[in-house]
Amino acid sequence: MTQEPALQIATPLDARTPWTRRHLLDLDELSRDEIETILETTDAMKEIMGREVPRVPALRGRTIVTLFYEASTRTRASFELAGKALGADVINVAAGGSSVEKGESLIDTVRTLEAIGAEVLVMRHPAAGAPYLVARHLSASVVNGGDGQHAHPTQALLDLYTMRAHIGDMRDKRVVIVGDIAHSRVVRSNIWGLAAMGAKVVVCGPPTLLPAGMRHGQQQTEEPLALPHVEVETNIDTALEGADVVMALRLQKERMHGGLIPSIREYATLYQITPERLARAKTGALVMHPGPINEGVEISPEVATSLQSVIEEQVTNGVAVRMAVLYLLARGKA
Amino acid sequence: MDTSERAHVVLTADDIHRAVRRIAHEIVERNHGLDGLVLVGMRTRGVPIAQRIANAIQEFEGQPVPVGALDINLYRDDIGSPDRAPHIQPTEMPTDIDGKTVVLVDDVLYTGRSIRAALDALTDFGRPAAIQLAVVVDRGHRELPIRPDYVGKNIPTARDEDVQVLLRETDGEDEVRIMKLVPEPER
Repeated sequence: MTQEPALQIATPLDARTPWTRRHLLDLDELSRDEIETILETTDAMKEIMGREVPRVPALRGRTIVTLFYEASTRTRASFELAGKALGADVINVAAGGSSVEKGESLIDTVRTLEAIGAEVLVMRHPAAGAPYLVARHLSASVVNGGDGQHAHPTQALLDLYTMRAHIGDMRDKRVVIVGDIAHSRVVRSNIWGLAAMGAKVVVCGPPTLLPAGMRHGQQQTEEPLALPHVEVETNIDTALEGADVVMALRLQKERMHGGLIPSIREYATLYQITPERLARAKTGALVMHPGPINEGVEISPEVATSLQSVIEEQVTNGVAVRMAVLYLLARGKA
Repeated sequence: MDTSERAHVVLTADDIHRAVRRIAHEIVERNHGLDGLVLVGMRTRGVPIAQRIANAIQEFEGQPVPVGALDINLYRDDIGSPDRAPHIQPTEMPTDIDGKTVVLVDDVLYTGRSIRAALDALTDFGRPAAIQLAVVVDRGHRELPIRPDYVGKNIPTARDEDVQVLLRETDGEDEVRIMKLVPEPER
């Protein structure tokens, strides 16, 4: 009997604990199960993104507000697109041009937004912890779209989703994150997420761009970082040996206050991901970058556009992951 | 919730097998063949049933019928209800459904609200020439003007009863049971 390839039927999903969280502030609070729920929901959202008209009525009548106190292209745009694809009304508020300029406090601003009907508030703020403060004062759901150097959970989720799509089970996979570790909220959230999925994380960068508490060769650390264990390397060639994933980070010049690196050119010489360096990683290792890229600094153009690079895919997956997060959070509000 | 002692079996594995084959015959007869026919199972249990109907049709017509899987969670009108696990899975459409005859397949037909959601979902994929509905059990209590075209068995039920369709593919055995719901404590 000839038959089409079998459709996916089995559903252990029903057995899983249902999603009950109201906020998404960082990945440290999520279990492996909860992360899996988000990633599997993302699969369904990706199918919708592939349709001719990528729109479903799941959040019709719900209001999502994005409140950004810092510059952003992809995060804000992909949250907006995600909300609209689910049929929600999306209002974008930028701190510049809002009453924030007249001196309105953060809490007053978000209360105002809630008063006009915001049920999910996506916020980015230069101060670490700002979304946590807001979450305590609102009955709306809060999604952290990046707070200072602390966390960026949806970026880490889209990174996990992209890795999982290519590699599958992440257990014991070597994920090497290269560059400005100290200033990166993306790294922190990724470390939590990757640890939950059982991956081995290696961070690599010049000593001045490693956070206090992460020193080369050091077994780190409960304090002061309170992050899961990671391997710390300052030599990029050693770090890349046998890597399954190589993630380059943006040099955050806006958060560097003098003297951390001798020059951009020296950084590029020592830490840029080049084809020669990448050859030390496993054949076909994934190359990732959360963007925006400083061209020719963290990653060489030929690597960024090579077949191993999934940088564009990260952006596409970002919309589907954010759809999943918005759906799971907004769904709980009757 | 342990309701095993209150459950009674209304369809055995053999009954389900015969019902599926009869529905397969009816679908072919009513549509004068397999031309433009697409089976779409509603997740979760509609999918294996659709697959079984397709297998039966293949067996006696010698031709395959495309089978899809539809997840209706994003089209429901009761999205906020807390008891509904939000686990959604991708919809898989095996073919363009424009101008086709789509047979929606589900395990139990009750209020009709899932079917309403499924019709919305299907129209997002195209404009079928016709949509028909096949279910293993019709238990009544419709809240919308929706009726099935193919029924395994009509089972009159009370609202405080639950009809469970168990299938090998999802539950390890084939059986349809009715059980009395234990009244929920006052809220």
